[in-house]
Amino acid sequence: MDSDLSPQDKKDLDKFIKFFALKTVQVIVQARLGEKICTRSSSSPTGSDWFNLAIKDIPEVTHEAKKALAGQLPGIGRSMCVEISLKTSEGDSMELETWCLEMNEKCDKDIKVSYTVYNRLSLLLKSLLAITRVTPAYKLSRKQGHDYVILYRIYFGEVQLTGLGEGFQTVRVGVVGTPVGTITLSCAYRTNLAFMSTRQFERTAPIMGIIIDHFVERPFGNMGHMHPCNYRAPAEEEGGYTGVEDSQEVCTTSFSTSPPSQCVSALSTAHLKSLKPAVMDTLKVPVMSLGFSHQPPVLVGAADFCHPSTLNAANPHQMGIPGKEGGVPQQVPVQPCHAAQAEHARASSCLPNDHVPAVPSGSGEDAEASSRSTDGKSVSPRDVMETTFTRKVGAFVNKPGTQVTTASLDLPFAAFAPRAYDIEENDPMVQPPESPATSSPLQGSLHSQGSGESGVPAQDDFVMVDFKPAFSKDDLLPMDLGTFYREFQNPPQLASLTIDVSSQSMAEDLDSLPEKLAVYEKNIDEFDAFVDTLQ
Amino acid sequence: MNCRSEVLEVSVEGRQVDEAMLALVHTILLHRSTGKFHYKKEGTYSIGTVGTQDIDCDFIDFSFVRVSSDELDRVIRKAVGEFKDLCCALQDAMGNGTDGMGQISLEFYQKKKSRWPFSDECIPWEVWSIKVNVVNLANEQERQICREKVGEKLGEKVINIVEVINRHEYLPKMPTQSEVDNVFDTSLKDVQPYLYKITFQITDTLGTSVSTTMRRLIKDTLAL
Repeated sequence: MDSDLSPQDKKDLDKFIKFFALKTVQVIVQARLGEKICTRSSSSPTGSDWFNLAIKDIPEVTHEAKKALAGQLPGIGRSMCVEISLKTSEGDSMELETWCLEMNEKCDKDIKVSYTVYNRLSLLLKSLLAITRVTPAYKLSRKQGHDYVILYRIYFGEVQLTGLGEGFQTVRVGVVGTPVGTITLSCAYRTNLAFMSTRQFERTAPIMGIIIDHFVERPFGNMGHMHPCNYRAPAEEEGGYTGVEDSQEVCTTSFSTSPPSQCVSALSTAHLKSLKPAVMDTLKVPVMSLGFSHQPPVLVGAADFCHPSTLNAANPHQMGIPGKEGGVPQQVPVQPCHAAQAEHARASSCLPNDHVPAVPSGSGEDAEASSRSTDGKSVSPRDVMETTFTRKVGAFVNKPGTQVTTASLDLPFAAFAPRAYDIEENDPMVQPPESPATSSPLQGSLHSQGSGESGVPAQDDFVMVDFKPAFSKDDLLPMDLGTFYREFQNPPQLASLTIDVSSQSMAEDLDSLPEKLAVYEKNIDEFDAFVDTLQ
Repeated sequence: MNCRSEVLEVSVEGRQVDEAMLALVHTILLHRSTGKFHYKKEGTYSIGTVGTQDIDCDFIDFSFVRVSSDELDRVIRKAVGEFKDLCCALQDAMGNGTDGMGQISLEFYQKKKSRWPFSDECIPWEVWSIKVNVVNLANEQERQICREKVGEKLGEKVINIVEVINRHEYLPKMPTQSEVDNVFDTSLKDVQPYLYKITFQITDTLGTSVSTTMRRLIKDTLAL
């Protein structure tokens, strides 16, 4: 295949592909920074702008991309992917899209490398600029706020799309045929944002904004081989986000009891704590003026057409410009980036080793775990809500079937007693004393309506917190609901309602009836006097 | 060589016409513009750099990328503004509640020099026709929904445009210095789009163009 290419063409083509890959990453990441991008057109060729497009180079991004490529080029079976994901302040994360630069085996041997391929790659970059503003993640990234962070990850190797959830859409940006294969650039983006809607339901404040941060890349795209980077210990960080405590609680309540989920939640919280400074630092990057990464293309122009930014002998100056990545002032300290990267790395290293069915704060690294986490997340918070909200009819209540029978009783607070009876073992709010096997008369009467069926599923999976349901505070009673319930859960049994007592008293009454009648006859005068007073 | 023709159709509210047209026309021109050519000796040339700029729409939930050239933007805005004025004038003439339809055409062409006394021939090689259906909305809620829906639609159109362009079908050959004005618009200082022209056509709800209606009116008058 390559034998048809001249060595110079092969060299040029490799260079084009390399810099195209680097520029692709820059365009994608810059489009998710959350800011409007503006670069100037220049009529005088500087010889330093690849593909004749003014695309600034963020040094860290170039560095990460080069690390991911590790000296290789995207080729057949070796795709370069940029994964964009979202991470909330609570530590939940979700993959939003994956941009893939792939190559297939279809070759175009007749195409001119230094002219046609170059121009088509330029066109493809322009298309990428346009398409990056069209996918749903762009709007999310533009809504700056404190609750969201947008993260990117560059990996090399096999494309992994399972983290995008069900029903993800694919858009093809374009293709460019080359003598060694056809370069394809495409984007797969998530359409199901169910995780976000569930979160919004739990918390009244809408989730706002996204700030991009840097991710650590994975060499050769194998998630299982992640290595943690250095990261700042949580003690050094100020809790940047409000509700860190809440996030821990929420994480705890929505997780299953599998140990790896706890591992992930801890990481998420730590990540959360360390995240803000990294994010703030990273935000500075696009604001500061970024130097160009000058990578003069080495081209020997064809005789008839010269090419863009040609380094001819007439312009030795252009050849003299070295790659300036190192020369750009480092506005972003490396450590915060690594902090974020480290957390992500750790999250990812934790996940794949343990195939946890429901890992709500799955960072999206492990495609399977995160897809399951999305499902798990959509289920578990709802279950949590079912468990907690059925305390009382009010906002956000769910009324499962078991509630209907008890709620139909006219007795005040009747709705609570059988519910607790059903789930009292699992409900930390209620600490029932040891009650006898036979129900109390009160409970017996409450159950007479046939609400004894315990239709509530085992709540073993959920760790209950002391949840105060809406409107639970009753101003009329000087105590809260839980206390009231505990006090009145086992009232003393009424003698007249006890079956044994009543049956005994019946027999006794019959036996003692003649004696009582004799007593009454003796005191008949008193009774008569009493009756006279009433008249 | 056959002229490539692509048709895009959008339905927008009156105040969204400007931005919708700008978004689509600029997206096409982004792909059909290069940096300024600088010819050197020995038939070689170098190409300038094209900058890009993000533009947020005010009346549509949409952002697009255009070439960083204020001159080019002015020219396009002027043309789109005229188109919008015509659309609105027709709606006003037809009365409230009437939907109007217009079509804006962006045509890329090459000039072919002819001998005197014949003028240069313009041979189109790509024509983009954007059909616009202008709707009237009753209340703010509908407008809000329209804002989002039009944004999504424009996104789909951008994907369509990109799809067509990346088929890499016919493009004029890179010209020599003497021929550059036959292929490119060299009037701008910072960028160099392919030679293009923008034309538009307004139709009423019956689907007939205004010019056709006028012609019929005149004919009928003369026939009397």
